[in-house]
Amino acid sequence: MAHAHESNTKKIWIVFGLLSLITIVEVIFGIIKPDAFHLTSFLGTSPLNWIFIILTLVKAYYITWAFMHMDGEKKWLRRSVVWASVFLIAYLVTLLLIEGGYLYDTLAPLVKW
Amino acid sequence: MEANVAIPSDSKETWGGGGVKPFGASYGKMMMWFFIVSDALTFSGFLAAYGLTRFKFIDSWPIADEVFTHFPFLHGVHAPMYYVALMTFILIFSSVTMVLAVDAGHQMKKKKVTFYMFLTIIGGIIFLGSQAWEWKNFINGSYGAVKTTDGKVLQFVKDGHQIALADFVTGDRMDERIQQTPTNGLWFEGEGTMSQYSVAQVQKAFASNPDIAIRSELIDPATKQKIILSREKGLVELAKAKLVVEGANLKVNEYGNTIFADFFFFITGFHGFHVFTGVLINIIIFFNVILGTYERRGHYEMVEKVGLYWHFVDLVWVFVFTFFYLV
Repeated sequence: MAHAHESNTKKIWIVFGLLSLITIVEVIFGIIKPDAFHLTSFLGTSPLNWIFIILTLVKAYYITWAFMHMDGEKKWLRRSVVWASVFLIAYLVTLLLIEGGYLYDTLAPLVKW
Repeated sequence: MEANVAIPSDSKETWGGGGVKPFGASYGKMMMWFFIVSDALTFSGFLAAYGLTRFKFIDSWPIADEVFTHFPFLHGVHAPMYYVALMTFILIFSSVTMVLAVDAGHQMKKKKVTFYMFLTIIGGIIFLGSQAWEWKNFINGSYGAVKTTDGKVLQFVKDGHQIALADFVTGDRMDERIQQTPTNGLWFEGEGTMSQYSVAQVQKAFASNPDIAIRSELIDPATKQKIILSREKGLVELAKAKLVVEGANLKVNEYGNTIFADFFFFITGFHGFHVFTGVLINIIIFFNVILGTYERRGHYEMVEKVGLYWHFVDLVWVFVFTFFYLV
C-alpha cells in the first residue's frame, strides 16, 4: 500500500477539521432553519433537507476514504465494497420511500392505522 | 481435509490467508470490509424502514427539535441539537484518535499506538454515557401529554411554548387510583408505573385555565410547525382523552406516534450496541498492544482492522444524526 510507512498525521487533522466544520454548519442550519430553505420545496423535500443529505454524504466520503484508507485499497476491493453498498442502499431506499408515500397518499384516507 | 485446502497452510499465516492476497488485502482485512458491507445494509434497512414510516405519517411526525431539547447542567433551557452535535464530535474525535493509532502502528511506534488506542476507548465510553443520558431524558420525558381514544397525542402549550403537566395540573386525582402492586392489588398482578395525574384531573385543570391551548400532532405544511387548536376544539379533543402519558416506552410516548419512539430505541440502541462491542474489541486490542503482541508479529494490522470497524460505527452515526435529528 502506498501509505504503508509514511506518516499521514497532517492529512488526518485536516480531515478532522473538515468533518467538524461540516458538522458545525449542519448544526447551525438545524438551529436557525432559514425559512427560504426550510419552507420551500425542491425535488420532493425542502432544500434544507437536501443540504443535510449532501453534507452527510460528503462526511461519509471523507470517513471512508481518509479514515478507513479506502484511497489506499486496490480498485476492485474499493468497487466491490462501495458499489455493492451504494447501489443496494439506493435501490432499497427508493422503493421504501415510494411505498411510504403511497401509504400516506392513497391508503391513509381509507385505513385507520 | 487436505483436498479441501486450496492453498498450503502450514505457515503461521493461515489466518492471514497464507501468501495469496486477492485485491492485495489480507484475509482479515477483506473480511472486515465485507462484514461492514453487510452491516451497512442492515443499518440502511432500519433507516429506510424509518423513512417509509415517516413518509407514511408525514403530516404528524414528531419534530426532533421539540423532542431532544436537553443539555447537561442547563435545566429548563431549550437547547435543541447541541447535545447530539456534541456526541457527534466525541465520536468523530475518537475516530481521529483511532486513525492516529493506525498511523502510529504503520511506523511501529508502540507507545503512540497505546496512547491513541486509550484515547479512542475513552471517547467510546463517553459516547456511550452520553447516549445513556439521552435515553434517560427520552424515557422520562419532560412535559407529559394526553393520548386520546383515536390514538392521537395532545400536548399543552402556553404562549406558543410547550408546558409540562406539572405546570398547570393541580388538585386531586379524582379517580381514587393508587399504584397497583402484587401486595395491594390482585395477589398476582402489578402494573407499570402509573401516571402522576389522572385524565379527569388534566381535563379539569385545562378547563379552568383559559390561557392554555392544546397542540395537536398534525403539522401545518405552511409553517412546518405543529397545529395549535383553538380552546373550543381543544376541549372537544381533550374530552376524548383516555390516558395520561409521561415519557416514552415501546407502547406509548408523549412525543407523538408510538412508532417514532420504537424507531428511536431500536436504531440508536442498535448503534449503541455496536459502539459497545467496538469499545470491548478496542480494549482487547489495547491490551494486546501493551503486551507487545503486534510488535512480535511485525505489524499492527489488527489495529487497522478494528479501526475499520470503529470508523464504520462513526459512519453510521453520521447517518443516524442526519435522519433522526436534522432532516
